[in-house]
Amino acid sequence: MKISLGRFVPGNSLFHKADPRTKIIWTVAMMVLVLMCRNYVEYAVAAVFVIASFVASKVSFKFILQSLKPILVLLIFTSLFNFLFYRGENVAFMMWSKPIYWESIAMSIKTVVRVVLLIISASLLTYTSSAVSITDGLESLMRPLGVIKVPVHEIAMMMSIALRFIPTFADETDKIIKAQAARGAEFDSRNVIKKVKSYIPVLIPLFIAAFKSAEDMSTAMESRCYRGGKGRTRFKVLRFSSADIVITVATVLFAASIIVLHIFIK
Amino acid sequence: MSILIKDLKYTYMPKTPFEKTAIHDISLEIQKGEFVAVIGHTGSGKSTLLQHLNGLLLPTEGEVFIDGEKITKKNLSEIRRKVGFVFQYPEHQLFEDTVYKDIAFALKRFKLSDEEIDAKVRKAANTVGLDEALFESSVFDLSGGEKRRVAICGVLVSDPSYLLLDEPASGLDGKGRRDMLALLKKLNSEGVTIVLISHSMDDVAEVADRIILINEGTVALDGTPGEVFSKEELLASMSLDVPEVTKLFNDFSKRSGIPLPTVTTALQGREIIRMLINEGRLVL
Repeated sequence: MKISLGRFVPGNSLFHKADPRTKIIWTVAMMVLVLMCRNYVEYAVAAVFVIASFVASKVSFKFILQSLKPILVLLIFTSLFNFLFYRGENVAFMMWSKPIYWESIAMSIKTVVRVVLLIISASLLTYTSSAVSITDGLESLMRPLGVIKVPVHEIAMMMSIALRFIPTFADETDKIIKAQAARGAEFDSRNVIKKVKSYIPVLIPLFIAAFKSAEDMSTAMESRCYRGGKGRTRFKVLRFSSADIVITVATVLFAASIIVLHIFIK
Repeated sequence: MSILIKDLKYTYMPKTPFEKTAIHDISLEIQKGEFVAVIGHTGSGKSTLLQHLNGLLLPTEGEVFIDGEKITKKNLSEIRRKVGFVFQYPEHQLFEDTVYKDIAFALKRFKLSDEEIDAKVRKAANTVGLDEALFESSVFDLSGGEKRRVAICGVLVSDPSYLLLDEPASGLDGKGRRDMLALLKKLNSEGVTIVLISHSMDDVAEVADRIILINEGTVALDGTPGEVFSKEELLASMSLDVPEVTKLFNDFSKRSGIPLPTVTTALQGREIIRMLINEGRLVL
C-alpha cells in the first residue's frame, strides 16, 4: 500500500514531542498566515519559517517531495493559467503575439509558493503525529462542542477505530490478494470491467473479515465495560511540554512579523 | 526437475525508514518428490522465503528456478499453475456462493470444458476427503475443518507438482491435524513435492524427510529430522524446541546411561524400546 501523504514517521524531534493540540492549532495558524501573505517579503518570511519548522521536525526531505507529488499536476496548471491569463499593466515580453505581464509571472510564482507552503505545513502535522494522537488532539479541541450535544467522544472513537484498522485491512488485503493470485486470479487486466470483476475474490473475503473484526471488537469493548465517553479518564493525558512552549513562542513571533509586514508594506 | 534458489535476498520497503531485509544469502535445491519442512521462530523469514517459490514475491537479489525455468514477471501464471500455495487459514480466501464454484475458481481460467472441470473438481474433492453432498452448499455454512478442506481443494484442483503450505494445521483440532498430515503424506507419495512451514516440531518430525531451519533470514541448518533435532541446544538458542518424543528419549538415555540415536517420531521410539527389550537391556 502506498500512502505517502498522511503517514506517520516515528522520530524524536521537537515536533514529535509536542502535544497534538499544539500541532493542530499550529497547522491552522500556518494556513491562515500563509494565505495572508501578499508580497515577496512576507512569502520569504513564511518560507523561512516553514523550512525551519521542517528542519526542527527532522523529517527527511524525500518525504516532503513525496507529499508534494500528488499535487504536482495541480501546481503546474494553476501556475500556467496565472502565467497566461492574469492581466497586469507592465508587459514583460510577447509570446505568440500575446503579451505576458510581469504581474502574471509574479502571480504564478506566488501561487506555487503558497500551495507548496500550505501542503508542507499540513504534512508536517501528519508526519510527526500518529493517527491516534491526532484524534486525541481533535477530541480535546472539539470538547466544547459537547455543550450543543455533539457526540465528540463517539466521533473521535469512531475515527480512531477506523484509523487503527487501516493497516490491519491493508495487511489482510495483501494476504487475500496473494492467496487468490496463488490460485490463479489475475489482477492486471487492461479491460476496466474485467479488472473490477477480478477484485471480487478479494473484496468478499475482505468484507467478511471486516465484519468479523467489528464483531470481535465490539465484544472486546463490551467485556471491558466500555460505555461511551461519560466519566472516562485517559491513559495518556495530553500535557503541555517545553516543546509546545517553543513551538507556540516561535509561531507567535512568526505571526507577529507577518502582521507587522502586512501593515507596513503595501 | 527441482526448485533451485540462488543467492536469494529480499528487502521489504527498500529505501524508506521502514526498510528491512527479511532474507539473505539463501541458496538451496529442493528435489522433486521431497517432503521439506521449513522451521524457524516468528519473524525469521520463513514465509518470505516460501512466497518466493511461486513468485508471490520476486527477489531483490538472486534467482529462483522452477524445473530449470527462472521465475520472472512474465511467466508467473505458468509457475503458479505448477506451484500451488496454501496460506495460513486458507478458509479466509473463500468467496464464491457454493463450494463447487469455489473449488473450480482456478480452473475457470484454463479454458477447460465443463466435463474436464467437473472431473478435476471431483478428483480433488476425493483426495482431500470432501463429501460431494456439500458441493451445492454455501461455503459459509461449513465447519472450520470443512472450510479448510474446500480451500486446499481449490489449490489442488489445478494439479500442482509442487505444493507450498504455510502452517496448514494451525487452528485445527486433533483429528483435523492428523487428517491434514495424512493428506500431505498421501500427496507426497503420489509424487507431489511438498514444502511446508510449521511451528509444531512434532508434526514436522512426523511427516518431513528434510528440515530447513531459518534463523535471522538465512539457512542455519539443513538436514534430516534426526540431524536437525540432535542439536537441541542450538535450537534452544534460537528459541525453538525439539519434538516431545525426542526430549523424552534424550532424558531416558541420560538417566539410563544407554546411548541412543536421536529419536524424532513415536514410531522410531517404539522400535528402539522393542529392540532394547529384545536385547534384554530394558526390563519392564
